[in-house]
Amino acid sequence: MEKTSEYLLELKGLTKTFPGVVASDNVSFQVGHGEIHALLGENGAGKSTLVKMIYGVLQPDGGVMHLHGETYAPANPSAARAHGLGMVFQHFLLFDALTVIENIELGIAPELAKGDLRSRIVEVSEFYGLKLDPDRLVGELSVGQRQRVEIVRCLLQNPRLIIMDEPTSVLTPQEVEVLFRTLRQLASEGCSILYISHKLEEIRALCHKATVLRGGKVVAACTPAEESAKSLAEMMIGDVLVPAKRTETMIGAERLRVDKVSLPSTHQFGVSLKDVSLSVRGGEILGIAGVAGNGQEELMEFLIGERLTRRADAIVIGGVEAGRKGPDARRALGLCPVPEERLGHAAVPGMSLVENTILSARVRKQLAGSGIIDYARTREFMQEIISGFDVRTAGMDHAARSLSGGNLQKFIMGREILQAPSVLIACQPTWGVDAGAAAAIHNALIDLTKNGAAIVVISQDLDELMAISDRIAVIANGALSDPEPVAEVTIESIGRKMGGPSSVEHADVPH
Amino acid sequence: MDLVANILIGVIIAATPLVFAAIGELVVEKSGVLNLGVEGMMIIGAIAAFATTIETGSILGGIVAAIICGALMALLFAFLTQTLLANQVATGLALTLFGLGLAALIGQGYSGKSAPPFPKLHIPGLSDLPVVGPLLFGHDFLVYLSFALGIGVAWFLNRTRAGLIVRAIGENHDAAHAIGYPVVLIRYATIMFGGACAAVGGAYLSIVQTPLWVENMTAGRGWIALALVVFATWLPGRLYLGAYLFGGITIVQLHSQALGLKVEPQLLAMLPYLATIVVLVIISADRTRARLNAPASLGQTFFASH
Repeated sequence: MEKTSEYLLELKGLTKTFPGVVASDNVSFQVGHGEIHALLGENGAGKSTLVKMIYGVLQPDGGVMHLHGETYAPANPSAARAHGLGMVFQHFLLFDALTVIENIELGIAPELAKGDLRSRIVEVSEFYGLKLDPDRLVGELSVGQRQRVEIVRCLLQNPRLIIMDEPTSVLTPQEVEVLFRTLRQLASEGCSILYISHKLEEIRALCHKATVLRGGKVVAACTPAEESAKSLAEMMIGDVLVPAKRTETMIGAERLRVDKVSLPSTHQFGVSLKDVSLSVRGGEILGIAGVAGNGQEELMEFLIGERLTRRADAIVIGGVEAGRKGPDARRALGLCPVPEERLGHAAVPGMSLVENTILSARVRKQLAGSGIIDYARTREFMQEIISGFDVRTAGMDHAARSLSGGNLQKFIMGREILQAPSVLIACQPTWGVDAGAAAAIHNALIDLTKNGAAIVVISQDLDELMAISDRIAVIANGALSDPEPVAEVTIESIGRKMGGPSSVEHADVPH
Repeated sequence: MDLVANILIGVIIAATPLVFAAIGELVVEKSGVLNLGVEGMMIIGAIAAFATTIETGSILGGIVAAIICGALMALLFAFLTQTLLANQVATGLALTLFGLGLAALIGQGYSGKSAPPFPKLHIPGLSDLPVVGPLLFGHDFLVYLSFALGIGVAWFLNRTRAGLIVRAIGENHDAAHAIGYPVVLIRYATIMFGGACAAVGGAYLSIVQTPLWVENMTAGRGWIALALVVFATWLPGRLYLGAYLFGGITIVQLHSQALGLKVEPQLLAMLPYLATIVVLVIISADRTRARLNAPASLGQTFFASH
């Protein structure tokens, strides 16, 4: 029945237009049998639109796809799965309150769910070195284990093509190794993999072929192993890349001190902070590495004053005990935060950029000194943010949610940095922005330290932390390791501290 | 002994409408939708059943009419919240007010009439046993149905693939949609099931419990049913415990009046509601525990962006 074809998947002139933007513009490329094919591009280059069309989430406006030499036009994800496609999403499609086995059952065709699903899960997960306990609640698993659930769910359907969207962004270097071993094993068995990432070293190590997208178009096709990370990056951004450089700064007085803080998590599947201490001095950047969900959220809530402690001296900002002070009072002391969640935490989605600026900069920029909002002054400050951080928006009065992720990120970083904080706490400072803007944000952080500010950067991007931090600490299962100077650590040594699959405390989750 | 049996039978009759309404709402909430219109759907069920029974003389016809009308009320709610993406809380409150008003309008000509007696189960021998007979084998079929319904719902939610999908949608509608489940369609179905159940609860009031039509005769039972779902932490088994507890309080209040206890009747009438508040406070105090079974998407508007 099946025609033999040189390629497993072939895209010809695939086009998709959204109002005001061509997300995918005449894209053509091929994926061979058993090939690990990288799809490379900045945010907004059109990778996810393309993948959604292949997986049947979106329908193309023009162009055709061939699978095994036959016309392929999936109407929805189930049709794509029926054709032997599997996808591991960046944001996992998992249900926290359901067990591993229930989650897997939900994600596969009803015929496959019949019979002894449990033993097949165990069999597949052991064969590919992805250990899983079928009866655990997904909410209790580490991020790496959750990804395993997604992958095992994919594999149970005997896929011929697996699409992986940024699979390593949430993994420790050791977990990445395990994942790569699994992917190579799959490829050797003839399963093709479409691998989406912007981590260039990984693509060089793993992928056979690469297609580079920019502005919705294919701009290059190459063999990653023959390219350097720098040349790949330049294909991606279409420009020469100048990375941020850390220069010597004067290390000043202690600006932020946290003293032995233990706090239970308020989230159902959260991680409690365990005896966390840290000290950051002026002119210094402290990097905090760690796999998502190891207490970063709880640490952030504590540092920025959303959760208060009984002891006032648990946190000292610029010499003032602040344990009993809320976010506004901490801003007055000079501590500005950039929380991880952009919409809903760092910005109110339905409010305009001007209003969002007032909410955050009111105290430090005296935008409402007498209780009445000074719009003229706010707009002046907004203009500074927009030009200083290249925020692309149709206007200051547009709602925060109308900005793209990268632009919103630039706006939020700009808003906090330009308040001239003496302590800046930034979670994932370059999340979602392109390489050029990331370098600009890094430079702005470095400039801030030259003016004597202390900075804490919480990030899962080790390359970023290695590039800009003076010292690096690791948060794992709610405990913070002693910071080490960046010159004395390696990716491997940090990776070990990040731990493999961390065991989340069961005490937090009554049964 | 007769008094005890009478009290227990009274408790069962008082609890049954609560069980119907709450079981329906439990399924709705498990799918991630908060329908505060239970009271409105109950009263519509009450008048639909009563009017149909009077006009046709058929009790079964009355119950079917209640099911249809309750489901239609729920369909209205589903259309507003799932298709037009209206706020669920506001729409639910509106549905209650609309239902109370509409039922009063329809019911104008039915005040003072009384429905034919509802047949009760009679198994020769068994039903004639003292105490145990009337307690276990002497009820109308709706009482037995209310138990079958709870067992059926528990089995459906925990043992079937369709039930798993309903739970998944209530837990994370975005993920369920991305996997390819028709979130809106399934919610339409659960909402209409909930409406039908609430209406049967209402019908029980007007054709079994009293059997009379009185304006506002649901008297807040829809709200108690809503509270019961939370009280039961979304577990069908615990829901019966709650419903019979509340039914019990209502009956004890009646009997204490009959026995001439010197307690202000208003104070006793408040009891079920006070108990609701106390239980809600106790449950809310332990947030992680209450959240364990709570559907994570409860009350959130679902909008498919692609």
